[in-house]
Amino acid sequence: IHHIVHNGGLYKKPFNEAFEETPMLVAVLTYVGYGVLTLFGYLRDFLRQWKIEKCQNATEREEQKDFVPLYQDFENFYNRNLYMRIRDSWNRPICSVPGAKVDMMERVSHDYNWTFTYTGRVIKDIINMGSYNYLGFAQNTGACQEAAAKVLSQYGAGVCSTRQEMGNLDKHEELEKLIARFLGVESAMAYGMGFATNSMNIPALVGKGCLILSDELNHASLVLGARLSGATIRIFKHNNMQSLEKLLKDAIVHGQPRTRRPWKKILILVEGIYSMEGSIVRLPEVIALKKKYKSYLYLDEAHSIGALGPSGRGVVEYFGLNPEDVDVMMGTFTKSFGAAGGYIGGKKELIDYLRTYSHSAVYATSLSPPVVEQIITSMKCIMGEDGTTFGKECVQQLAENTRYFRRRLKEMGFIIYGNEDSPVVPLMLYMPAKIGAFGREMLKRNIGVVVVGFPATPIIESRARFCLSAAHTKEILDTALKEINEVGDLLQLKYSRHRLVPLLDRPFDETTYEETED
Amino acid sequence: LQEKEELIEEWQPEPLVPPVSKDHPALNYNIVSGPPTHKITVNGKECINFASFNFLGLLDNEKVKNAAQASLKKYGVGTCGPRGFYGTFVDVHLELEERLAKFMRTEEAIIYSYGFATIASAIPAYSKRGDIVFVDEAACFAIQKGLQASRSNIKLFKHNDMADLERLLKEQETEDQKNPRKARVTRRFIVVEGLYMNTGDVCPLPELIKLKYKYKVRIFLEESLSFGVLGEHGRGITEHFRINIDDIDLISANMENSLASIGGFCCGRSFVIDHQRLSGQGYCFSASLPPLLAAAAIEALNIMEDNPDIFQTLQGKCKRIHRALQGISGLKVVGESFSPALHLQLEESCGSRENDVKLLKRVVDYCMNSGIALTQARYLEKEEKCLPPPSIRVVITVEQTEQELDKAASLIKEAAQSVLN
Repeated sequence: IHHIVHNGGLYKKPFNEAFEETPMLVAVLTYVGYGVLTLFGYLRDFLRQWKIEKCQNATEREEQKDFVPLYQDFENFYNRNLYMRIRDSWNRPICSVPGAKVDMMERVSHDYNWTFTYTGRVIKDIINMGSYNYLGFAQNTGACQEAAAKVLSQYGAGVCSTRQEMGNLDKHEELEKLIARFLGVESAMAYGMGFATNSMNIPALVGKGCLILSDELNHASLVLGARLSGATIRIFKHNNMQSLEKLLKDAIVHGQPRTRRPWKKILILVEGIYSMEGSIVRLPEVIALKKKYKSYLYLDEAHSIGALGPSGRGVVEYFGLNPEDVDVMMGTFTKSFGAAGGYIGGKKELIDYLRTYSHSAVYATSLSPPVVEQIITSMKCIMGEDGTTFGKECVQQLAENTRYFRRRLKEMGFIIYGNEDSPVVPLMLYMPAKIGAFGREMLKRNIGVVVVGFPATPIIESRARFCLSAAHTKEILDTALKEINEVGDLLQLKYSRHRLVPLLDRPFDETTYEETED
Repeated sequence: LQEKEELIEEWQPEPLVPPVSKDHPALNYNIVSGPPTHKITVNGKECINFASFNFLGLLDNEKVKNAAQASLKKYGVGTCGPRGFYGTFVDVHLELEERLAKFMRTEEAIIYSYGFATIASAIPAYSKRGDIVFVDEAACFAIQKGLQASRSNIKLFKHNDMADLERLLKEQETEDQKNPRKARVTRRFIVVEGLYMNTGDVCPLPELIKLKYKYKVRIFLEESLSFGVLGEHGRGITEHFRINIDDIDLISANMENSLASIGGFCCGRSFVIDHQRLSGQGYCFSASLPPLLAAAAIEALNIMEDNPDIFQTLQGKCKRIHRALQGISGLKVVGESFSPALHLQLEESCGSRENDVKLLKRVVDYCMNSGIALTQARYLEKEEKCLPPPSIRVVITVEQTEQELDKAASLIKEAAQSVLN
């Protein structure tokens, strides 16, 4: 049974999101697995301490042996005993464009992943299901690359100054006008790093005496920005509107803790697409709540810009809403535009304020000119201003790929989280051993996937995450699906019993408050 | 329930952002048309660039641009992923890390994709709540943000004042003796910069090393301005003072000054650096450095290694202009004679910071109108811990000729005469 939400006409088309419950047996086995690994970990640590087993870690200098140790032993327990064993699934070295297919340098380890050596062989044409290449702009040929090459030879690679000093190039002004037009907002500002956009601008917008309501599963950059601002942070359950409403009501009615003074402002932090869950934010409801309770909305569209919406304008267009309802629209250029950096769009007063008081404008270097050119060219292509329909086709191709891929995986019997329209597809693995096994088996079959475990996800919910791309043709997807099917049978990953829990029945209990200390 | 509805109705939040006046000095940016190289076109006027941190003049070096072009042809622009998820390119990222480690003669190096994020992610990776960090007052903003994110106890000591630092260390020692159990697990760090951006002088590294071993404190050195400037081969302040590099626990620098690229790196022993690969926030949760920028940095490093005499040339030019700028009535030079980034501060403030800033702006405008591009040093006035006084930033690069240096000095003298008297 799929639960489809309409919520009184706020949604113009069905909002189809599902998170199947973890089967009880699987949960128990997962805990057992972690328990066994922990016991083995203690055993190995014991052996290493008594020098029965060789210690492969780097160690402290002789001269500094009597200093306070830099790391506590238990902090690195997970790192030494669990992460090390499956470390070869991450940090894989690439030697070609990260497009639909990628070349990888083969590496082997003779000492159980403590050190790697290159065999010298290059594994060619691995199907790339791990890079954030939603619209397929990661190319080394074509209009974007040529434009970037021209700008590189004219401007050079670096900028060597901050935005407020001597680093504001005419290219940056051009880019910002284009972004504002693309998003449908009054004004925009671009920054050199997506992570830094969040961590340096949230502190400029809110401070002490303000309240931040942040989603449970927000990205590390949002959490860091919220912490650095000094405001009080309260967490609401992931995508749960009742939880958010309750927090809003309580905040306005009770005011600040201890002093009972009213809050200066309330900022809601949400993301467009959550990259670990594949879920899309319930934007119509959030905006309705925001208007009712007079708070401000900060939308981080890192994954959804370019990937959602009939013309790639992001989650606001996907729901058919007005971009002026979102106070701060933030996003990054790394994923859909094949470049680097971040932006913030909104009203002119907001952007003028950020131009003056943003930490990044004063202390950090501006974007590199060839990167700016790549963003300009790719954005124009998506908007259709370069005279072709290439951009529009990419957006449509991505939407088709998403629907097809998700449907086929569900039919095969895997547990897939997230919204039907999100190009991020998490496939649940649960058990620690399967994390490593899945990554390695897929690589043997020439498919590169991303597997994630603790601490990026809750401890029993490890998963493999596929990132679809407009560059993937149907043949590539079919090959991938065939292999995933094989590996799924081999590793017994087909947990789904087609019993999808209706969304509103997800148990809602008393929210917990997390407040910062003064 | 009725009351609650009323309260919700009545509550009025502040506007999201307060209005900014149209003639706020920071709102109207200088627009640079074309590349920010030696000859720069600012707001339509062609000037000689004394404001970009392009110390070794590598911003429009042909070899650097060609290396970046080759990388662009091979990889495109973006990397589409963080280092952990198919974002590690062998012959750019891994190569750059190896080259940097070899150049600085350390075991390992790690690259970040943004200069500001480098030190701001490195400090919280090691120093947690309950640890103690002794930091210089004049530390740059990135260090301050890193310290804030780490939630540790911060103890500021007066700029370059080793006696003050020793006093704080002694106080901490007596505290430790009261609670030895806690002291055994509390980590301590000293964070200093090689060449301070805000004051233009160097830290007394030999004394710091002595204090390190006496009080068992680790040292984190931020070398953004001194990398590629100080020392015989440009290895920074450790080479300048001839100190064993293993004595410094972590060296962090950004590649946006001498290397004329984007990004930053940390180098040190593997024991220290490897930890950041899993716990450096700016490394794990952010896309990796675009390959063309990494290739540009590698080529810049090659040039630095092949021409070690540019460092001497740069130092000579710094000394020359430092001498030439002495004795200007109304302005004093702040910074060491070999520092390529100087500050010119007003000898006497005219009362308020706002008026000082306006006065300095007039000096800068005078110089810009006559062909020398300068800028005021920008700060976030409310956020800095120890706000430096308003100043004009003068940056010396290897590309400036002696005539240009002399012209700049005389122009600044003229400007000071006409504006300040």
